Amino acid sequence: MRPFLPIVVVVAALAAVPLFVHANVVLNFLVVTLLIALAGQGWNILGGYGGQYSFGQAAFFGTGAYTTAILQVHYGVNAWIGFAAGIAAGAAVGAIIGTLTFRAGLRSSYFALVTLAFAEVLRIVASVTPITGAGVGLLVKLDLHAQAFQFKSRTVFYLVILALVAVSLVIAQLLERSRFGAWLIAVRENEDAATALGVDAFTIKLGAMVLSAAITAAAGCFYVQYFLFVDSSIAYGTWISIEALLTPIIGGAGTVFGALAGALVVKLLGEGIKLVTGDVPGLDLMIYGAVLVLVIRFAPRGLVGAFTDLRTRLLRRSKPAPAGEVAHG
Amino acid sequence: MAEPLLSVDSVSRRFGGLLAVNAASLSADTGRITALIGPNGAGKTTLFSLISGFLKPSAGTVRYAGHDVTREPPHRRARRGIARTFQIVQPFAGLSVRENILVGAHLRHRARAEALALAERVGRDVGLGDLLERPAHALTVAGRKRLELARALATEPQLLLLDEVLAGLNPSEIRDIIPVLRALSARGIGVLMIEHVMQAVMSLAEYVFVLAEGRIIGQGSPAQVVANPIVVEAYLGHGAAARVGGGHVH
Repeated sequence: MRPFLPIVVVVAALAAVPLFVHANVVLNFLVVTLLIALAGQGWNILGGYGGQYSFGQAAFFGTGAYTTAILQVHYGVNAWIGFAAGIAAGAAVGAIIGTLTFRAGLRSSYFALVTLAFAEVLRIVASVTPITGAGVGLLVKLDLHAQAFQFKSRTVFYLVILALVAVSLVIAQLLERSRFGAWLIAVRENEDAATALGVDAFTIKLGAMVLSAAITAAAGCFYVQYFLFVDSSIAYGTWISIEALLTPIIGGAGTVFGALAGALVVKLLGEGIKLVTGDVPGLDLMIYGAVLVLVIRFAPRGLVGAFTDLRTRLLRRSKPAPAGEVAHG
Repeated sequence: MAEPLLSVDSVSRRFGGLLAVNAASLSADTGRITALIGPNGAGKTTLFSLISGFLKPSAGTVRYAGHDVTREPPHRRARRGIARTFQIVQPFAGLSVRENILVGAHLRHRARAEALALAERVGRDVGLGDLLERPAHALTVAGRKRLELARALATEPQLLLLDEVLAGLNPSEIRDIIPVLRALSARGIGVLMIEHVMQAVMSLAEYVFVLAEGRIIGQGSPAQVVANPIVVEAYLGHGAAARVGGGHVH
């Protein structure tokens, strides 16, 4: 159980926030931050652990969002069932895109470009298809009951997204200590060497993509329940692809807490600067860019990596470690 | 006679206009060390890639443990028991030595604890016991060669393909690693090694195949091979055999 202790501590601390803070604006901020953290954790499974940099997480986010919205609006399906269906549909899209790209042997920037292209195609299709509400989008009927996955209090929404994030943290932690995770990291480090050791790189990458897609799709489903609206530029827009990849890179790609740490820092900075300067359009993207440059320059393994290094160094100073001991997280 | 563990039957591999491997046949068997030697550019590493599955032959068959594996991808051949090292070492640079070996150990052990125990044991066997926590990129050349060997061994192979594991090592490092290789074949593992260090080939290998310009031009015991005038000429040029009088090349 010991490896899960940090997750328990962090989630408990975040769960305690509503006990002290009741302002809706703060809770709203935290809900959106955790939503991004969840989408980012999806990217982190494939990109951080697997080294496959997807620029098209929007394809999964949007598929999750549209699936649950369409089921509720057009077919009157229960929101919770819609939620599960959205995750499944996102995973299915992950399986399709993964099969096509990995079967074709696409790596690095080619993979990134093709995933971006898939998301853009979906966005354009969704913007003209009647079932997605075309250019108008879909409004989910207001129905503030738990069985409709809608809640009067923002606190409940906050706890729900926190629970989803907690699940994603546990998934990453389990991944790190599993054979699948060891093989996924091996593929990231050197695909040929991994193959020589019996790793079926295609299957491993595909599995990671499906898992990644499911997690990001869950964020899309939650988005619909929270805002009760979705259109093609929200669902399949590049904004979510960018946020889903920037937050874990800034926070620490391939670490359990990378996406969460990155989302918290980036969103706090963004909101803080908005408060100071007023709502200048595009400013948040400039902040992301600046933070990304700083992180890549000064902490290439992200905030979590920098924290781990710092802790190691402090521990070293307090007690001289035996030669050859290297900590890593 | 029983079929050998590995039998390569007249495989060829063409890269555009270049016939890198030309109807080469060889075999390797359990519990013995077989060497594949030849001048630079003879096609040795290409032949290894054909055996391990990283390249598909243009013609010919590769049989392993009674199965035709000619069309199988490399990861499936690894599962059957073929492990290879790379001439240009390919460590998982961002991982520790232990984590590197663990990747191989997981092939036949899903449980992390079992795989970790195996990784540690293999690490000690090849002399990396004190370096297990070291990041792989911090190892010396000799250390990286050992790591290649350890990772391959952690897959618990029956056939080990070693692509110049001794190249780049100094004489004392070579002296250290030779008993490790000998112990492997004593344990029943079949070893097929590409090697330029003739001193090692002479002392380790029971049987030697000589590849030149993609073709097997000679085979036999190490002593027979170095006495073979065709082999001497392949290394030293036309007429060399006469000049050295068929004596020792190295």
